[in-house]
Amino acid sequence: MIVVLPETTQQVADVLRYCSDNGIKVVARGSGTSLSGGALPLADAVMLGLGRFNRITEIDYENRCVVAQAGVANLAISHAVAAEGFYYAPDPSSQIACSIGGNVAENSGGVHCLKYGLTTNNVLGVEFVTVTGEIIRLGGKFQDANGYDLLGLITGSEGLLGVVTEVTVRILRKPETARALLIGFPTTTAAADCVGAVIGAGIIPGGMEMMDRPAIHAAEEFVHAGYPLDVEALLIVELDGPQAEVDYLVTRVSEIAEELGAVSIRLSESEQERESFWAGRKNAFPAIGRISPDYYCMDGTIPRGKLPEVLARMAEMSEKYDLRVANVFHAGDGNLHPLILYDANLPGQLEAAENFGAEILKLCVEVGGVLTGEHGVGVEKRDLMGEMFTEVDLNQQQRVKCSFDPDSLLNPGKVFPTLHRCAELGRVHVHDGKTRFPELPRF
Amino acid sequence: MSDTLSPTTTDEVLDTVRAAIADEAPLQVLGRGTKAALGRPVAAPRTIQLSGLSGIAYYEPRELVLTAAAGTPLAEIEAALQAEGQHLPFEPCNLDRLLGGEPDAGTLGGAISANLSGPRRFYAGGARDHFLGFEAVSGRGEIFKSGGRVIKNVTGFDLSKLIAGSFGTLGIMTEVSLKVLPAPETTRTLLLPGDDLAAACQYLSAALKSPHAVNGAAHLPAAAAGRSTVGYVAGMRSGVTALRVEGHRPSVEARLAGLRTLFQDIDQTEELHSHNSAKLWREIGKGTLLTQNPESQVWRLSLPPTNAASAIGALSEQMDIEFSADWGGGLLWIAIPAQADAAQAAMFKATEQYGGHATLIRADETVRAAVPVFQPLSPPLMDITGRLKGNFDPHRILNPGKMYKDV
Ligand SMILES: Cc1cc2nc3c(=O)[nH]c(=O)nc-3n(C[C@H](O)[C@H](O)[C@H](O)COP(=O)(O)OP(=O)(O)OC[C@H]3O[C@@H](n4cnc5c(N)ncnc54)[C@H](O)[C@@H]3O)c2cc1C
Repeated sequence: MIVVLPETTQQVADVLRYCSDNGIKVVARGSGTSLSGGALPLADAVMLGLGRFNRITEIDYENRCVVAQAGVANLAISHAVAAEGFYYAPDPSSQIACSIGGNVAENSGGVHCLKYGLTTNNVLGVEFVTVTGEIIRLGGKFQDANGYDLLGLITGSEGLLGVVTEVTVRILRKPETARALLIGFPTTTAAADCVGAVIGAGIIPGGMEMMDRPAIHAAEEFVHAGYPLDVEALLIVELDGPQAEVDYLVTRVSEIAEELGAVSIRLSESEQERESFWAGRKNAFPAIGRISPDYYCMDGTIPRGKLPEVLARMAEMSEKYDLRVANVFHAGDGNLHPLILYDANLPGQLEAAENFGAEILKLCVEVGGVLTGEHGVGVEKRDLMGEMFTEVDLNQQQRVKCSFDPDSLLNPGKVFPTLHRCAELGRVHVHDGKTRFPELPRF
Repeated sequence: MSDTLSPTTTDEVLDTVRAAIADEAPLQVLGRGTKAALGRPVAAPRTIQLSGLSGIAYYEPRELVLTAAAGTPLAEIEAALQAEGQHLPFEPCNLDRLLGGEPDAGTLGGAISANLSGPRRFYAGGARDHFLGFEAVSGRGEIFKSGGRVIKNVTGFDLSKLIAGSFGTLGIMTEVSLKVLPAPETTRTLLLPGDDLAAACQYLSAALKSPHAVNGAAHLPAAAAGRSTVGYVAGMRSGVTALRVEGHRPSVEARLAGLRTLFQDIDQTEELHSHNSAKLWREIGKGTLLTQNPESQVWRLSLPPTNAASAIGALSEQMDIEFSADWGGGLLWIAIPAQADAAQAAMFKATEQYGGHATLIRADETVRAAVPVFQPLSPPLMDITGRLKGNFDPHRILNPGKMYKDV
């Protein structure tokens, strides 16, 4: 393995051209925070680090966008425009570290994406380099693609289609006020009902997160956010907008929660308190890390109405595998993050945790959901793709890969369970068409 | 006249495509044909019409997800959503008034294939942003699907983005899943008078930089405003800049008050309430106010909002134009007197100079056959486009030539 750290787009192009001329594989890497093994290096590949692409090149308030090099950290963009009252909406919990290029590659989300969208809904343009070293610009300070929406296609493509060197994102004006409600419920079913009822009442909160008992306890011990410890489920509901709106919605959400049996409701009284409510949630992963030698974070999405069923079945699995599980949940959009607690030093536990995780993801698909809501397929879920897609579906996705990278040099071994050679995929199969259609069918 | 096939199931669509492959007989792909006149003319011996694939298959308001057959009329979907207090936030672009044809007949599949979104585009996202997944038949004669029925999903490549806006050239969608949202409780529009476009663009920019969550931001020159059926708008007798705020009532009132303060130096403003506000934005979204001349050719330019005034300035020096601006200046509708080349060179030059891209929305078939309807792509992008087409539709069976001559 060779690591290269280019500083200019031209250098990226030169590296890629050299690699493609010589049949060398390339793995792009932002900050390495991928939770699906997306940026895992390969022994026989060049690792292309984008750490030196660390400059914000333009801030344009009039057109409400920021142009940043791919290695710039997500949070750095919000910081750069904070003084003028703006921010960049997608906020993965890793936002201090993860790069905007990595966000584009993974189509990352965050706790505010129910209302403000994922990365794909907030990116206006990219500069990317193809495997043959061609530098291409997609989009810019304007809406919609010219031709096929390749910007939308690149977003979430996990480094398989090209190397992103620069990103143009839209920035939003910070809401005048934001307040968070901490709502405790005696059952997870009641909490899930409350989430559905809030949305059913026409309210889309800025953030709506759920934690189950084990996650609440771990987080509280770690950050002392003041979470209630005698509840089975905790909702954090953030309402943002003008003061008048926030006051109105706080009342409505509180009423809904009370009706559905909430046992505790607390409203943040200051910016500091609001942040401390979030601190527990945003630090849930490290908090679990303190109570267990190892943990394994899953990322399926389910139709929200299936939550009670999914949690009940997860509890059964927990007994079967004899491993504890804690749940944090982007409740508004149905994105589950079960954290499986295990100890890699105990023989068999790692395998058990992995099997447990796979079983959870299969369950997500079974109830009408998907394998990954925001962390990507990477290496981790590659072999589960068949749970969601047919061979034909996967082949069609791979043909997209072939349209950009016919020799499969970019991040090989990720996303697809079996890599076909493009020549093989390109072949047109002759169907039994002619025999089935002696005459033109008419309906 | 081409043969028209009207399948009613995915399998029948599959059969139709396979027959087309076997017979080497390309298909013109239509929903109900409301946008058939958009794009380059398709020379195909057969037409496949999707209106027989109709019906809502799944709608869970609390999940914010709706799945329907691709040929379902948008009107039916909008009615179902309205009954639950929800809506399609991207305001699908209804071009009936510009393109003629049966009014309000558009289908869901057609709206996604064209990916044309209304006034809320810059705020709430476009059709592509609310398109969660689909089932389709590719030009290879295979049924494939992508995405899902949940609102957060990154499993595999996001083929939804590729299919949205591909005008039926990559696959024939049979089923579509959408993210839907609660419809706003209240809508209000503040009208600011003024004929100067540069000044209007400054109002738009100031409004969009404010914390008041303006989700409609348009400018109508006096002639366009005069055509509005909303009395207050026509009655301004000048150019009009329109700013919309929507949401829960207390919020809308607070934000509107904020906007009034922001623009307190401007005299003779007006305010539109629910019905009138909705009506004006429908007119703006449909391009109804743009021109009275049914013969004129119509372009749509998407560009950086701050360049709107310069682009209009440059174009008006070269020709007679009528225009209106939406998306805070980021979208220009432009009408010009009919001409053989539709002034394509000037339009594409304007977007090259000022950024963005231009699409010819209305022109005679002969003109659309002769000039690029979509802004020509750079060679590397054209290569990728061609390879994608080849991988989805290797026989060029689906809407051949609709977007680009060789695609
Ligand atoms: C504690 C923690 C919390 C997290 N919370 C969230 C969360 O709330 N929401 C969420 O969505 N994710 C979350 N993540 C996951 C992760 O942070 C995101 O996926 C992030 O976008 C990855 O960015 P990165 O720069 O670290 O990318 P990397 O890990 O370096 O790379 C990720 C993938 O992107 C590719 N890639 C990176 N840069 C480029 C580029 N410039 N061009 C092309 N391909 C590129 C790589 O090849 C790889 O496939 C979390 C991770 C951690 C560790």
